[in-house]
Amino acid sequence: MSQTKQSKAENSTEIQYNGNRRDFLKFGGATLAATGLIMAGCQEVSDFLPNGRQAPLASDQRAVPLGKGDIGVLNYAYTLEQLEAAFYLAVVANPYSGISEEEMTIMEDLRNHEVAHRDFLKAALGKDAIIDLTFDLSSVDFNDRASVLSTAKTFEDLGVAAYNGAGQLLVSADLLLIAGKIVSVEARHAAAIRSIFDADFTSFAGSDVVDDVNGLDRAFSPAQVLEAASPFIVNKIIANQLPTS
Amino acid sequence: MKIFEVLNMYGVKTEELDAFTSRREAFRKLTNIGKNVAFAAIPTAIFAASIQKASAAHIPTVLGVLNFALTLEFLEAEYYTTGINTPGLIPGGRDSAVFATIEKHEVDHVAFLIKVIESYGGTPVAKPTFDFTVGGAFSPFTDYQQFLALAQAFEDTGVRAYKGQAGNLIEENGVLTAALQIHSVEARHASEVRRLRGLKGWITQAERGMGMPEATQAVYDGEDNLIQGGVNVTTVTPIGSDGITESFDEPLTTDEVLTIAGLFIVPSES
Repeated sequence: MSQTKQSKAENSTEIQYNGNRRDFLKFGGATLAATGLIMAGCQEVSDFLPNGRQAPLASDQRAVPLGKGDIGVLNYAYTLEQLEAAFYLAVVANPYSGISEEEMTIMEDLRNHEVAHRDFLKAALGKDAIIDLTFDLSSVDFNDRASVLSTAKTFEDLGVAAYNGAGQLLVSADLLLIAGKIVSVEARHAAAIRSIFDADFTSFAGSDVVDDVNGLDRAFSPAQVLEAASPFIVNKIIANQLPTS
Repeated sequence: MKIFEVLNMYGVKTEELDAFTSRREAFRKLTNIGKNVAFAAIPTAIFAASIQKASAAHIPTVLGVLNFALTLEFLEAEYYTTGINTPGLIPGGRDSAVFATIEKHEVDHVAFLIKVIESYGGTPVAKPTFDFTVGGAFSPFTDYQQFLALAQAFEDTGVRAYKGQAGNLIEENGVLTAALQIHSVEARHASEVRRLRGLKGWITQAERGMGMPEATQAVYDGEDNLIQGGVNVTTVTPIGSDGITESFDEPLTTDEVLTIAGLFIVPSES
């Protein structure tokens, strides 16, 4: 498939940022001057002031611009897959007490899938990939089944809604197809986690995620998704160059 | 077969797609069609984008996809409606709750797709006549295990079918997003039906899974793909090939879906 969204002039392989601080500063400064709006959400702007004598920031202190165009959307997906992979790696490394054989198998499978998604996206992005992010999973009690499974449910449902909302942001039909290949696996995960965790037999596609009128799953914007994920991500994710349609 | 008549009518063939693409600029214009679409559950931003990007040239392609999807939803809806209304077929408790939920979604998808098609000025395809016994080869409404097996085949097919059409909707954001929102619901269904059957919720290699009739293998062929976007995923991750194939669901082409779904559609008399 080589069909692309002709109406978008942007070349999807061209990105404005590659992690270069000066480039980011140039952009950030212009935006600040124009609107003054970014400052509130970007408290670490000073971190980007050029200062040759300053030691490089630790990776968890670095703000991470996702970039723009299809690269930005892929980095957005890569952000979520990094988070999911980190979570399930921790779950499998330290299973909650009383975990059943079936649940352990599911946790191992989900770890494998999210690591595969993460590693694939990193390879697909190549030099445009964002850094390895630092996560804060301290709100999860890894020894507690309900804490682990409710977090898994949140992440999987969020992943589904994120990919559903991101499809329309992509220019490349090839990348849209790949996103489609991943999102249905996230939906299979979400249903399975709900099935083992929730007492309600209809929860696998419950009315909290599938609307009662049209039977549609949720679709979230990157802003909605990143807000929900931000408590778990130490790095500041800069998503303001992502496409909006 | 009615389904082929529909496709001829709405043109989802790739050569016609190309023709639409080349004429796109000449025909490009904003339309007010989008504002009539009953996207009750679609976020405002996506809805607004769909209006902006609405363009006459690609609408026939979009309608073709929508009618193709409608045909599949008709099939699923009738299958589950018949199943839940067959006394003694589906055990109470979890099974009954699961299939009531799935049935509602498929009926909702039928109504939703009809609304969208009509809002774009299209004509929804008529519901085909289905034969879920395939001339007596299956007995899904008297044998619950067969009912489950065909449900799994329909849901896993639905996931692959929607995925295969996403690229044809890339010009029409509102419809693309709605299709993705149906696609993930089908995947939730597929996962749960598979789990009801004692399988994993995801597809390993190209395995149809324990107890699935050999006739359903076409639903799973190609799911063992390891190359994504030109990347041999085995070379970039320590995860083994079983895990990789589970991690990526594969699309089916229109023709592949029609070959599967066509088994259950009674040819029209004309």
